[in-house]
Amino acid sequence: MARIDDEMLVCRCEEVTVGEIREAIAQGAFDVVGVKRRTRAGMGLCQGRTCEKMVQQLISMELGVAPNETGVSSTRPPVRPVSYGALAEGVF
Amino acid sequence: MLSKDLLVVGAGPAGLATAIQAAKNGVKDITVVDLNMKPGGQLFKQIHKFFGSHEHRAGIRGMDTGAAMLEEAQSLGVDIWLNSACVGFYDDKVACIEQGQPDGTKKIVFMKPKTIAICTGGQENVVRFTGWTTPGVMGAGAAQTMVNVNKVQPGKKIVMLGTGNVGLIVSYQLMQSGCDVVCLVEALPGINGYGVHASKISRAGVPIYTKHTIKEVKGNGPNGRVSEVTIVEIDPKFNHIPGTEKTFEADTVTLAAGLKPVSDLVKLQDIDLVFNGPFGGWVPVHNEKMQSTCKGIYVAGDTTGVEEANTALEEGNVAGVSIAEELGCITAAEADAKRKEIWERLDGLRMGPFGERRAAAKKEVMEQFPGVRA
Ligand SMILES: Cc1cc2nc3c(=O)[nH]c(=O)nc-3n(C[C@H](O)[C@H](O)[C@H](O)COP(=O)(O)OP(=O)(O)OC[C@H]3O[C@@H](n4cnc5c(N)ncnc54)[C@H](O)[C@@H]3O)c2cc1C
Repeated sequence: MARIDDEMLVCRCEEVTVGEIREAIAQGAFDVVGVKRRTRAGMGLCQGRTCEKMVQQLISMELGVAPNETGVSSTRPPVRPVSYGALAEGVF
Repeated sequence: MLSKDLLVVGAGPAGLATAIQAAKNGVKDITVVDLNMKPGGQLFKQIHKFFGSHEHRAGIRGMDTGAAMLEEAQSLGVDIWLNSACVGFYDDKVACIEQGQPDGTKKIVFMKPKTIAICTGGQENVVRFTGWTTPGVMGAGAAQTMVNVNKVQPGKKIVMLGTGNVGLIVSYQLMQSGCDVVCLVEALPGINGYGVHASKISRAGVPIYTKHTIKEVKGNGPNGRVSEVTIVEIDPKFNHIPGTEKTFEADTVTLAAGLKPVSDLVKLQDIDLVFNGPFGGWVPVHNEKMQSTCKGIYVAGDTTGVEEANTALEEGNVAGVSIAEELGCITAAEADAKRKEIWERLDGLRMGPFGERRAAAKKEVMEQFPGVRA
Protein backbone atom coordinates (compact mmCIF):
# COMPACT_ATOMS: atom_id res chain seq x y z
CA MET A 1 0.00 0.00 0.00
CA ALA A 2 1.42 3.37 -1.00
CA ARG A 3 2.37 5.65 1.91
CA ILE A 4 -0.35 8.27 2.50
CA ASP A 5 0.72 11.89 2.86
CA ASP A 6 0.30 13.45 6.31
CA GLU A 7 -1.36 16.51 4.75
CA MET A 8 -4.26 14.57 3.25
CA LEU A 9 -7.67 15.40 4.75
CA VAL A 10 -9.62 12.54 6.32
CA CYS A 11 -12.51 14.27 8.12
CA ARG A 12 -13.53 17.17 5.90
CA CYS A 13 -16.23 18.46 8.31
CA GLU A 14 -13.71 19.06 11.11
CA GLU A 15 -10.65 19.39 8.81
CA VAL A 16 -8.63 16.59 10.39
CA THR A 17 -5.60 15.31 8.45
CA VAL A 18 -3.91 11.93 8.17
CA GLY A 19 -0.97 13.37 10.16
CA GLU A 20 -3.21 14.39 13.07
CA ILE A 21 -4.77 10.94 13.16
CA ARG A 22 -1.32 9.32 13.10
CA GLU A 23 -0.36 11.54 16.02
CA ALA A 24 -3.48 10.52 17.96
CA ILE A 25 -2.60 6.87 17.38
CA ALA A 26 0.97 7.53 18.53
CA GLN A 27 -0.53 9.06 21.71
CA GLY A 28 -2.39 5.85 22.41
CA ALA A 29 -5.64 5.89 20.45
CA PHE A 30 -6.41 2.39 19.23
CA ASP A 31 -10.03 2.67 18.06
CA VAL A 32 -12.38 5.00 16.21
CA VAL A 33 -13.73 6.52 19.42
CA GLY A 34 -10.20 7.17 20.74
CA VAL A 35 -9.26 8.98 17.54
CA LYS A 36 -12.53 10.93 17.65
CA ARG A 37 -11.93 12.12 21.23
CA ARG A 38 -8.44 13.33 20.43
CA THR A 39 -8.99 14.89 16.99
CA ARG A 40 -12.77 15.54 16.55
CA ALA A 41 -12.69 13.34 13.41
CA GLY A 42 -16.31 12.26 12.94
CA MET A 43 -17.84 14.96 15.16
CA GLY A 44 -18.89 17.37 12.41
CA LEU A 45 -21.99 17.91 10.33
CA CYS A 46 -22.04 14.45 8.76
CA GLN A 47 -21.26 12.68 12.07
CA GLY A 48 -18.56 10.49 10.57
CA ARG A 49 -20.69 9.02 7.82
CA THR A 50 -18.00 9.90 5.28
CA CYS A 51 -14.76 9.44 7.20
CA GLU A 52 -15.42 6.62 9.67
CA LYS A 53 -14.30 3.91 7.29
CA MET A 54 -11.13 5.83 6.41
CA VAL A 55 -10.33 6.28 10.10
CA GLN A 56 -10.82 2.53 10.57
CA GLN A 57 -8.45 1.82 7.65
CA LEU A 58 -5.81 4.18 9.01
CA ILE A 59 -5.90 2.61 12.48
CA SER A 60 -5.75 -0.85 11.02
CA MET A 61 -2.79 0.11 8.79
CA GLU A 62 -0.86 1.92 11.51
CA LEU A 63 -1.37 -0.72 14.20
CA GLY A 64 -1.51 -3.77 11.94
CA VAL A 65 -4.88 -4.91 13.31
CA ALA A 66 -7.97 -6.22 11.51
CA PRO A 67 -10.70 -3.67 10.63
CA ASN A 68 -13.13 -5.24 13.11
CA GLU A 69 -10.64 -4.54 15.90
CA THR A 70 -10.78 -0.77 15.33
CA GLY A 71 -14.21 -0.43 16.94
CA VAL A 72 -17.29 1.43 15.87
CA SER A 73 -18.05 5.08 16.56
CA SER A 74 -20.61 6.12 19.14
CA THR A 75 -23.74 7.94 17.97
CA ARG A 76 -25.99 10.51 19.61
CA PRO A 77 -29.17 12.19 18.38
CA PRO A 78 -29.74 14.15 16.25
CA VAL A 79 -28.17 11.90 13.59
CA ARG A 80 -29.01 14.43 10.88
CA PRO A 81 -28.53 18.21 11.16
CA VAL A 82 -31.55 19.89 12.78
CA SER A 83 -31.92 23.54 13.75
CA TYR A 84 -32.18 24.40 17.45
CA GLY A 85 -35.36 26.32 16.67
CA ALA A 86 -37.08 23.25 15.24
CA LEU A 87 -35.92 21.14 18.18
CA ALA A 88 -37.14 23.71 20.72
CA GLU A 89 -40.58 23.93 19.09
CA GLY A 90 -40.96 20.16 19.01
CA VAL A 91 -44.07 18.86 20.76
CA PHE A 92 -43.50 15.88 22.99
CA MET B 1 -47.00 12.43 21.30
CA LEU B 2 -48.19 10.31 18.39
CA SER B 3 -48.74 6.63 18.98
CA LYS B 4 -48.55 4.17 16.08
CA ASP B 5 -48.51 0.44 15.59
CA LEU B 6 -45.49 0.57 13.29
CA LEU B 7 -42.92 3.16 12.32
CA VAL B 8 -40.77 2.28 9.30
CA VAL B 9 -37.64 4.38 8.77
CA GLY B 10 -36.64 4.41 5.09
CA ALA B 11 -38.91 4.09 2.05
CA GLY B 12 -36.59 1.97 -0.07
CA PRO B 13 -37.60 -1.51 -1.22
CA ALA B 14 -36.95 -2.92 2.28
CA GLY B 15 -39.02 -0.29 4.11
CA LEU B 16 -41.91 -0.26 1.62
CA ALA B 17 -42.08 -4.07 1.59
CA THR B 18 -42.13 -4.12 5.41
CA ALA B 19 -45.04 -1.67 5.46
CA ILE B 20 -46.98 -3.44 2.67
CA GLN B 21 -46.54 -6.89 4.18
CA ALA B 22 -47.46 -5.70 7.69
CA ALA B 23 -50.59 -3.96 6.34
CA LYS B 24 -51.62 -7.01 4.30
CA ASN B 25 -51.40 -9.09 7.47
CA GLY B 26 -53.63 -6.80 9.47
CA VAL B 27 -51.37 -4.13 11.02
CA LYS B 28 -53.41 -0.92 11.02
CA ASP B 29 -51.65 2.27 11.92
CA ILE B 30 -48.40 2.43 9.88
CA THR B 31 -46.16 5.40 9.11
CA VAL B 32 -43.15 5.29 6.77
CA VAL B 33 -40.68 8.21 6.91
CA ASP B 34 -37.97 8.98 4.37
CA LEU B 35 -35.64 11.93 4.16
CA ASN B 36 -35.85 12.05 0.37
CA MET B 37 -38.49 13.94 -1.63
CA LYS B 38 -39.37 10.76 -3.53
CA PRO B 39 -40.01 7.29 -2.13
CA GLY B 40 -38.28 4.15 -3.39
CA GLY B 41 -34.82 4.58 -1.86
CA GLN B 42 -32.13 3.71 -4.37
CA LEU B 43 -34.78 2.41 -6.75
CA PHE B 44 -36.10 5.78 -7.84
CA LYS B 45 -32.95 6.54 -9.79
CA GLN B 46 -32.53 3.11 -11.42
CA ILE B 47 -33.74 3.72 -14.97
CA HIS B 48 -32.11 0.51 -16.20
CA LYS B 49 -33.73 -2.90 -16.44
CA PHE B 50 -32.77 -5.02 -13.45
CA PHE B 51 -30.62 -8.07 -13.54
CA GLY B 52 -31.61 -10.94 -11.26
CA SER B 53 -33.84 -13.96 -11.34
CA HIS B 54 -37.04 -15.12 -13.07
CA GLU B 55 -39.80 -14.32 -10.56
CA HIS B 56 -37.81 -11.38 -9.25
CA ARG B 57 -38.63 -8.59 -11.63
CA ALA B 58 -35.60 -9.13 -13.87
CA GLY B 59 -36.10 -6.95 -16.93
CA ILE B 60 -38.23 -4.42 -15.05
CA ARG B 61 -36.79 -0.97 -14.45
CA GLY B 62 -36.00 -0.22 -10.80
CA MET B 63 -37.95 3.01 -10.83
CA ASP B 64 -41.09 1.19 -12.05
CA THR B 65 -40.81 -1.30 -9.17
CA GLY B 66 -40.47 1.64 -6.77
CA ALA B 67 -43.58 3.36 -8.19
CA ALA B 68 -45.61 0.13 -8.03
CA MET B 69 -44.63 -0.44 -4.40
CA LEU B 70 -45.53 3.10 -3.45
CA GLU B 71 -48.97 2.74 -5.03
CA GLU B 72 -49.58 -0.55 -3.25
CA ALA B 73 -48.53 0.88 0.12
CA GLN B 74 -50.82 3.87 -0.33
CA SER B 75 -53.77 1.74 -1.41
CA LEU B 76 -53.34 -0.23 1.82
CA GLY B 77 -53.63 2.98 3.83
CA VAL B 78 -49.95 3.32 4.79
CA ASP B 79 -49.05 6.88 5.73
CA ILE B 80 -45.87 8.01 3.94
CA TRP B 81 -44.00 11.10 5.14
CA LEU B 82 -41.43 12.35 2.66
CA ASN B 83 -38.79 14.98 3.22
CA SER B 84 -38.87 13.67 6.78
CA ALA B 85 -35.84 12.30 8.62
CA CYS B 86 -35.90 10.23 11.76
CA VAL B 87 -33.17 12.09 13.67
CA GLY B 88 -32.99 9.95 16.76
CA PHE B 89 -34.48 7.67 19.35
CA TYR B 90 -34.84 8.67 22.97
CA ASP B 91 -35.63 6.68 26.09
CA ASP B 92 -38.24 4.01 25.80
CA LYS B 93 -38.05 3.87 22.00
CA VAL B 94 -39.50 7.31 21.40
CA ALA B 95 -38.64 8.39 17.84
CA CYS B 96 -37.84 11.99 17.01
CA ILE B 97 -38.83 12.90 13.46
CA GLU B 98 -38.17 16.07 11.54
CA GLN B 99 -41.37 16.13 9.52
CA GLY B 100 -41.42 17.95 6.18
CA GLN B 101 -44.39 20.31 5.82
CA PRO B 102 -46.27 21.11 2.59
CA ASP B 103 -44.80 24.63 2.61
CA GLY B 104 -41.25 23.21 2.70
CA THR B 105 -40.56 23.97 6.36
CA LYS B 106 -39.82 21.28 8.95
CA LYS B 107 -41.43 20.47 12.25
CA ILE B 108 -40.16 18.17 15.00
CA VAL B 109 -42.60 15.51 16.12
CA PHE B 110 -42.19 12.70 18.63
CA MET B 111 -43.71 9.31 18.12
CA LYS B 112 -44.00 6.25 20.31
CA PRO B 113 -44.64 3.31 18.01
CA LYS B 114 -45.38 -0.20 19.26
CA THR B 115 -42.89 -1.58 16.74
CA ILE B 116 -40.11 -0.04 14.62
CA ALA B 117 -38.47 -1.22 11.40
CA ILE B 118 -35.09 0.32 10.60
CA CYS B 119 -34.54 0.14 6.83
CA THR B 120 -32.04 2.95 6.30
CA GLY B 121 -30.13 1.33 3.42
CA GLY B 122 -26.50 1.79 2.50
CA GLN B 123 -24.17 4.66 1.84
CA GLU B 124 -21.31 5.01 -0.63
CA ASN B 125 -17.72 4.53 0.45
CA VAL B 126 -15.20 7.26 -0.21
CA VAL B 127 -11.70 6.60 -1.52
CA ARG B 128 -8.76 8.67 -0.48
CA PHE B 129 -6.18 9.96 -2.93
CA THR B 130 -4.37 13.28 -3.09
CA GLY B 131 -7.12 15.81 -3.78
CA TRP B 132 -10.14 13.62 -2.92
CA THR B 133 -11.90 16.61 -1.35
CA THR B 134 -11.64 18.69 -4.55
CA PRO B 135 -15.04 20.02 -5.78
CA GLY B 136 -16.16 17.72 -8.58
CA VAL B 137 -15.24 14.50 -6.79
CA MET B 138 -18.46 12.71 -5.83
CA GLY B 139 -20.08 9.35 -5.30
CA ALA B 140 -21.29 7.52 -8.40
CA GLY B 141 -24.72 7.33 -6.77
CA ALA B 142 -24.79 11.11 -6.39
CA ALA B 143 -23.93 11.49 -10.08
CA GLN B 144 -26.69 9.01 -10.92
CA THR B 145 -29.25 10.99 -8.92
CA MET B 146 -28.17 14.14 -10.78
CA VAL B 147 -28.58 12.71 -14.29
CA ASN B 148 -31.56 10.40 -13.78
CA VAL B 149 -33.66 12.30 -11.23
CA ASN B 150 -32.67 15.94 -11.48
CA LYS B 151 -31.70 15.85 -15.19
CA VAL B 152 -28.50 17.76 -14.54
CA GLN B 153 -25.08 16.68 -15.82
CA PRO B 154 -22.59 16.43 -12.95
CA GLY B 155 -19.83 17.53 -15.33
CA LYS B 156 -18.60 17.31 -18.91
CA LYS B 157 -15.55 15.04 -18.71
CA ILE B 158 -15.75 12.29 -16.12
CA VAL B 159 -13.32 9.71 -14.72
CA MET B 160 -15.07 6.75 -13.00
CA LEU B 161 -13.31 4.82 -10.26
CA GLY B 162 -14.63 1.27 -9.87
CA THR B 163 -16.03 -1.27 -12.33
CA GLY B 164 -18.58 -3.09 -10.19
CA ASN B 165 -22.13 -2.98 -11.52
CA VAL B 166 -22.70 0.46 -10.03
CA GLY B 167 -19.59 1.87 -11.75
CA LEU B 168 -20.50 0.29 -15.07
CA ILE B 169 -24.20 1.19 -15.04
CA VAL B 170 -23.67 4.76 -13.91
CA SER B 171 -20.89 5.24 -16.52
CA TYR B 172 -23.27 4.15 -19.24
CA GLN B 173 -26.07 6.37 -17.96
CA LEU B 174 -23.68 9.33 -17.83
CA MET B 175 -22.74 8.61 -21.46
CA GLN B 176 -26.43 8.42 -22.41
CA SER B 177 -26.95 11.84 -20.85
CA GLY B 178 -24.24 13.26 -23.10
CA CYS B 179 -21.30 13.36 -20.68
CA ASP B 180 -17.87 12.34 -21.93
CA VAL B 181 -16.69 9.43 -19.76
CA VAL B 182 -12.91 9.66 -20.18
CA CYS B 183 -12.06 6.26 -18.68
CA LEU B 184 -12.89 3.77 -15.93
CA VAL B 185 -10.26 2.82 -13.37
CA GLU B 186 -10.22 -0.48 -11.46
CA ALA B 187 -7.75 -1.70 -8.82
CA LEU B 188 -8.51 -5.38 -9.40
CA PRO B 189 -6.95 -7.34 -12.29
CA GLY B 190 -10.35 -7.76 -13.98
CA ILE B 191 -13.67 -5.99 -14.41
CA ASN B 192 -15.75 -6.47 -11.29
CA GLY B 193 -19.30 -6.30 -12.69
CA TYR B 194 -21.33 -8.14 -15.31
CA GLY B 195 -19.88 -8.53 -18.82
CA VAL B 196 -23.06 -7.22 -20.48
CA HIS B 197 -22.68 -3.85 -18.82
CA ALA B 198 -18.92 -3.67 -19.45
CA SER B 199 -19.22 -4.46 -23.16
CA LYS B 200 -21.65 -1.59 -23.73
CA ILE B 201 -18.95 0.74 -22.46
CA SER B 202 -16.07 -0.89 -24.32
CA ARG B 203 -18.09 -0.85 -27.56
CA ALA B 204 -18.41 2.91 -27.22
CA GLY B 205 -14.62 3.09 -27.15
CA VAL B 206 -14.21 4.11 -23.50
CA PRO B 207 -11.03 2.58 -22.03
CA ILE B 208 -11.14 0.56 -18.81
CA TYR B 209 -7.82 0.53 -16.91
CA THR B 210 -7.63 -2.49 -14.63
CA LYS B 211 -4.82 -2.80 -12.00
CA HIS B 212 -4.91 1.01 -11.79
CA THR B 213 -5.96 3.55 -9.20
CA ILE B 214 -6.23 7.33 -8.96
CA LYS B 215 -3.01 8.89 -7.74
CA GLU B 216 -3.92 12.53 -7.73
CA VAL B 217 -6.65 14.97 -8.65
CA LYS B 218 -5.74 18.60 -9.35
CA GLY B 219 -8.27 21.36 -8.72
CA ASN B 220 -7.26 24.20 -11.04
CA GLY B 221 -10.69 24.53 -12.68
CA PRO B 222 -13.23 27.31 -12.06
CA ASN B 223 -13.78 27.77 -8.28
CA GLY B 224 -11.13 25.17 -7.56
CA ARG B 225 -12.96 22.44 -9.43
CA VAL B 226 -11.28 19.25 -10.71
CA SER B 227 -9.09 20.01 -13.74
CA GLU B 228 -6.83 16.98 -14.09
CA VAL B 229 -6.77 13.35 -12.96
CA THR B 230 -3.60 11.23 -12.75
CA ILE B 231 -3.97 7.47 -12.59
CA VAL B 232 -1.21 4.96 -11.88
CA GLU B 233 -0.69 1.23 -12.23
CA ILE B 234 -0.51 -0.77 -8.99
CA ASP B 235 1.22 -4.01 -8.04
CA PRO B 236 -0.61 -6.89 -6.31
CA LYS B 237 0.06 -5.21 -2.94
CA PHE B 238 -1.57 -1.97 -4.16
CA ASN B 239 1.76 -0.11 -4.34
CA HIS B 240 1.95 2.54 -7.04
CA ILE B 241 4.37 1.57 -9.83
CA PRO B 242 6.46 4.70 -10.58
CA GLY B 243 6.63 5.74 -14.20
CA THR B 244 3.23 4.28 -15.12
CA GLU B 245 1.25 7.49 -14.53
CA LYS B 246 -1.26 8.73 -17.10
CA THR B 247 -2.87 12.14 -16.82
CA PHE B 248 -6.30 13.06 -18.21
CA GLU B 249 -8.12 16.34 -18.49
CA ALA B 250 -11.41 16.01 -16.56
CA ASP B 251 -13.78 18.11 -14.45
CA THR B 252 -15.46 15.32 -12.48
CA VAL B 253 -14.43 12.13 -10.67
CA THR B 254 -17.11 9.64 -9.63
CA LEU B 255 -16.37 7.01 -7.00
CA ALA B 256 -18.02 3.59 -7.23
CA ALA B 257 -16.13 1.76 -4.50
CA GLY B 258 -18.99 -0.05 -2.83
CA LEU B 259 -21.43 0.82 -0.11
CA LYS B 260 -21.56 0.39 3.63
CA PRO B 261 -24.64 -0.14 5.79
CA VAL B 262 -26.12 3.01 7.40
CA SER B 263 -26.16 2.11 11.09
CA ASP B 264 -26.59 5.45 12.87
CA LEU B 265 -30.13 4.82 14.13
CA VAL B 266 -29.41 1.18 14.91
CA LYS B 267 -26.62 2.30 17.24
CA LEU B 268 -29.04 4.41 19.30
CA GLN B 269 -30.92 1.31 20.42
CA ASP B 270 -29.84 -1.64 22.49
CA ILE B 271 -28.92 -3.53 19.32
CA ASP B 272 -25.83 -5.74 18.98
CA LEU B 273 -23.62 -5.04 15.97
CA VAL B 274 -21.15 -7.34 14.29
CA PHE B 275 -18.44 -6.60 11.72
CA ASN B 276 -18.93 -8.36 8.40
CA GLY B 277 -16.49 -7.78 5.53
CA PRO B 278 -18.61 -8.98 2.58
CA PHE B 279 -21.59 -6.95 3.85
CA GLY B 280 -19.61 -3.70 3.93
CA GLY B 281 -18.92 -3.13 7.65
CA TRP B 282 -20.84 -3.10 10.94
CA VAL B 283 -24.31 -4.59 10.75
CA PRO B 284 -27.06 -5.25 13.32
CA VAL B 285 -27.29 -8.85 14.49
CA HIS B 286 -30.72 -10.30 13.72
CA ASN B 287 -32.57 -13.62 13.54
CA GLU B 288 -34.60 -15.29 10.77
CA LYS B 289 -37.59 -13.10 11.73
CA MET B 290 -35.49 -9.98 11.00
CA GLN B 291 -35.81 -9.17 14.70
CA SER B 292 -32.93 -7.21 16.23
CA THR B 293 -31.67 -7.87 19.75
CA CYS B 294 -33.93 -5.05 21.01
CA LYS B 295 -37.57 -6.03 21.54
CA GLY B 296 -39.97 -4.52 19.02
CA ILE B 297 -37.25 -3.35 16.63
CA TYR B 298 -36.80 -5.01 13.27
CA VAL B 299 -34.16 -4.46 10.56
CA ALA B 300 -34.18 -5.24 6.82
CA GLY B 301 -32.37 -4.47 3.57
CA ASP B 302 -28.96 -2.93 2.96
CA THR B 303 -28.83 -1.75 6.61
CA THR B 304 -28.30 -5.40 7.55
CA GLY B 305 -25.61 -5.94 4.89
CA VAL B 306 -25.24 -4.39 1.43
CA GLU B 307 -26.88 -6.63 -1.17
CA GLU B 308 -29.47 -5.79 -3.82
CA ALA B 309 -33.00 -4.55 -4.26
CA ASN B 310 -34.64 -7.97 -4.39
CA THR B 311 -33.04 -9.27 -1.21
CA ALA B 312 -33.93 -5.98 0.51
CA LEU B 313 -37.53 -6.37 -0.58
CA GLU B 314 -37.80 -9.99 0.59
CA GLU B 315 -36.19 -9.17 3.93
CA GLY B 316 -38.79 -6.42 4.27
CA ASN B 317 -41.50 -9.01 3.59
CA VAL B 318 -40.11 -11.16 6.41
CA ALA B 319 -40.01 -8.18 8.78
CA GLY B 320 -43.62 -7.23 7.89
CA VAL B 321 -44.87 -10.74 8.65
CA SER B 322 -42.95 -10.87 11.94
CA ILE B 323 -44.30 -7.48 13.02
CA ALA B 324 -47.86 -8.65 12.31
CA GLU B 325 -47.09 -11.68 14.48
CA GLU B 326 -45.69 -9.59 17.33
CA LEU B 327 -48.76 -7.33 17.28
CA GLY B 328 -51.06 -10.35 17.41
CA CYS B 329 -52.57 -9.89 13.95
CA ILE B 330 -51.56 -13.39 12.83
CA THR B 331 -50.64 -16.54 14.73
CA ALA B 332 -47.11 -17.86 15.13
CA ALA B 333 -47.96 -20.83 12.90
CA GLU B 334 -49.28 -18.54 10.15
CA ALA B 335 -46.21 -16.36 10.42
CA ASP B 336 -43.86 -19.36 10.27
CA ALA B 337 -45.52 -20.65 7.10
CA LYS B 338 -45.27 -17.27 5.41
CA ARG B 339 -41.66 -16.75 6.46
CA LYS B 340 -40.71 -20.20 5.16
CA GLU B 341 -41.98 -19.27 1.70
CA ILE B 342 -40.15 -15.94 1.68
CA TRP B 343 -36.90 -17.54 2.91
CA GLU B 344 -37.05 -20.01 0.04
CA ARG B 345 -37.07 -17.07 -2.35
CA LEU B 346 -34.25 -15.38 -0.41
CA ASP B 347 -32.14 -18.54 -0.61
CA GLY B 348 -32.83 -18.59 -4.36
CA LEU B 349 -31.53 -15.03 -4.66
CA ARG B 350 -28.35 -15.90 -2.77
CA MET B 351 -27.06 -18.46 -5.25
CA GLY B 352 -24.29 -18.30 -7.84
CA PRO B 353 -20.73 -17.13 -7.26
CA PHE B 354 -21.70 -13.67 -5.90
CA GLY B 355 -24.76 -14.96 -4.05
CA GLU B 356 -23.07 -17.76 -2.17
CA ARG B 357 -20.73 -15.34 -0.45
CA ARG B 358 -23.72 -13.30 0.68
CA ALA B 359 -25.57 -16.41 1.83
CA ALA B 360 -22.56 -17.35 3.98
CA ALA B 361 -22.30 -13.80 5.35
CA LYS B 362 -26.00 -13.77 6.26
CA LYS B 363 -25.63 -17.09 8.05
CA GLU B 364 -22.65 -15.76 9.98
CA VAL B 365 -24.62 -12.70 11.14
CA MET B 366 -27.65 -14.73 12.21
CA GLU B 367 -25.51 -17.25 14.07
CA GLN B 368 -24.41 -14.44 16.40
CA PHE B 369 -27.99 -13.77 17.53
CA PRO B 370 -28.11 -14.01 21.32
CA GLY B 371 -31.88 -13.59 21.67
CA VAL B 372 -34.19 -10.60 22.13
CA ARG B 373 -33.80 -8.29 25.14
CA ALA B 374 -36.81 -6.42 26.53
C1 LIG C 1 -26.23 2.45 -9.24
C2 LIG C 1 -26.96 1.31 -8.59
C3 LIG C 1 -27.48 0.29 -9.39
C4 LIG C 1 -28.15 -0.78 -8.79
N1 LIG C 1 -28.68 -1.76 -9.61
C5 LIG C 1 -29.35 -2.81 -9.06
C6 LIG C 1 -29.91 -3.84 -9.88
O1 LIG C 1 -29.81 -3.80 -11.12
N2 LIG C 1 -30.55 -4.87 -9.26
C7 LIG C 1 -30.68 -4.92 -7.89
O2 LIG C 1 -31.30 -5.86 -7.39
N3 LIG C 1 -30.15 -3.95 -7.10
C8 LIG C 1 -29.49 -2.90 -7.64
N4 LIG C 1 -28.95 -1.93 -6.82
C9 LIG C 1 -29.00 -2.08 -5.35
C10 LIG C 1 -30.33 -1.65 -4.75
O3 LIG C 1 -30.71 -0.39 -5.23
C11 LIG C 1 -30.20 -1.60 -3.21
O4 LIG C 1 -29.66 -2.80 -2.73
C12 LIG C 1 -31.59 -1.41 -2.56
O5 LIG C 1 -32.14 -0.19 -2.96
C13 LIG C 1 -31.51 -1.49 -1.02
O6 LIG C 1 -32.78 -1.25 -0.48
P1 LIG C 1 -33.00 -0.66 0.97
O7 LIG C 1 -34.47 -0.47 1.10
O8 LIG C 1 -32.32 -1.53 1.94
O9 LIG C 1 -32.23 0.72 1.02
P2 LIG C 1 -32.34 2.05 0.13
O10 LIG C 1 -32.92 1.80 -1.19
O11 LIG C 1 -31.01 2.68 0.21
O12 LIG C 1 -33.38 2.94 0.96
C14 LIG C 1 -33.08 3.47 2.25
C15 LIG C 1 -33.87 4.72 2.45
O13 LIG C 1 -33.75 5.12 3.80
C16 LIG C 1 -33.72 6.52 3.86
N5 LIG C 1 -33.13 6.92 5.16
C17 LIG C 1 -31.89 6.63 5.65
N6 LIG C 1 -31.72 7.16 6.88
C18 LIG C 1 -32.88 7.80 7.17
C19 LIG C 1 -33.32 8.55 8.30
N7 LIG C 1 -32.55 8.74 9.39
N8 LIG C 1 -34.57 9.08 8.26
C20 LIG C 1 -35.38 8.89 7.17
N9 LIG C 1 -35.00 8.19 6.09
C21 LIG C 1 -33.78 7.66 6.08
C22 LIG C 1 -32.89 6.90 2.67
O14 LIG C 1 -33.14 8.22 2.28
C23 LIG C 1 -33.37 5.89 1.62
O15 LIG C 1 -34.43 6.40 0.84
C24 LIG C 1 -28.28 -0.83 -7.39
C25 LIG C 1 -27.76 0.19 -6.58
C26 LIG C 1 -27.09 1.25 -7.16
C27 LIG C 1 -26.53 2.35 -6.28
